[in-house]
Amino acid sequence: MMKRLICLLIMLTGYASAFAQDIEMADTMRSEGKIYVVVGTIAILFIGLAIYLFTIDKRLSRLEKHKD
Amino acid sequence: MKFIYQSWWKILAVLLVGYTLIAGFLLPVPKLPILHETIRNVYFHVPMWMAMFVVFGISVWYSIKYLITGKEEYDLIAIESVNTGIVFYILGLVTGMLWARYAWGEYWSNDPKQNSAAIAFLLYCAYLVLRNAVDEEQKRARISAIYNIFAFPIMVVLLLILPRMTDSLHPGNGGNPAFGKYDMDSTMRMVFYPACIGWIFMAVWIATLRYRIRLIENKNNSL
Repeated sequence: MMKRLICLLIMLTGYASAFAQDIEMADTMRSEGKIYVVVGTIAILFIGLAIYLFTIDKRLSRLEKHKD
Repeated sequence: MKFIYQSWWKILAVLLVGYTLIAGFLLPVPKLPILHETIRNVYFHVPMWMAMFVVFGISVWYSIKYLITGKEEYDLIAIESVNTGIVFYILGLVTGMLWARYAWGEYWSNDPKQNSAAIAFLLYCAYLVLRNAVDEEQKRARISAIYNIFAFPIMVVLLLILPRMTDSLHPGNGGNPAFGKYDMDSTMRMVFYPACIGWIFMAVWIATLRYRIRLIENKNNSL
């Protein structure tokens, strides 16, 4: 049920955006010179790096356990 | 030393830095001539130096502890802290140069702050060279610990005191007001302080990772 609803929502938004191609609407990702896109990129980048650091940490912990 | 295996402060570091990466771009900043949006560099350039000071400070602390106790692990903490600090040093220097290109006109304008930073950088490179020059382990640890204890205050004098006594383009030096006094408002502080704390924790985290790798390497070598 939930899945179908989400599917419908996505389709609806897609339908709406298909007709709003060259009309600038108030969606955040396009406002203020599209700075939000850059912020999103940086956020993704940093989350990736953080996860990477955590995996290194975990791997090291496993190695340390193995040693003793 | 148990905290280096715990993860709460690592999560805190990620959350703090993550917050500043978003808020640092989206929250309003004071409108100032020349600086314009580059004032946001305060959230990223300055915390590099804060993190560097803290890990170098930790290094000195453990160098002193090494000299008192002679425990090898303390020497390993000292060296890995310096290794991490140098990375943040380079990041601080390079981001500062990029900022200087657009705020002062040139990447390197032989400003007292920049020149001091270059000299202090060499000071820490000398520490690494010194370590590699001595083969005998205990001797190496002792000599480099003493060097490290002297290098830290000289670095602080070079970076924070000498540029303040002459004219410098860098804020906070030579009659040039620091950001904190006139340029930074309370909204900026809401991002700047978390950024400093977050990056300091990040640097400490990386240093502890390096130290833990070093411990395993050390164990393998001594077997």
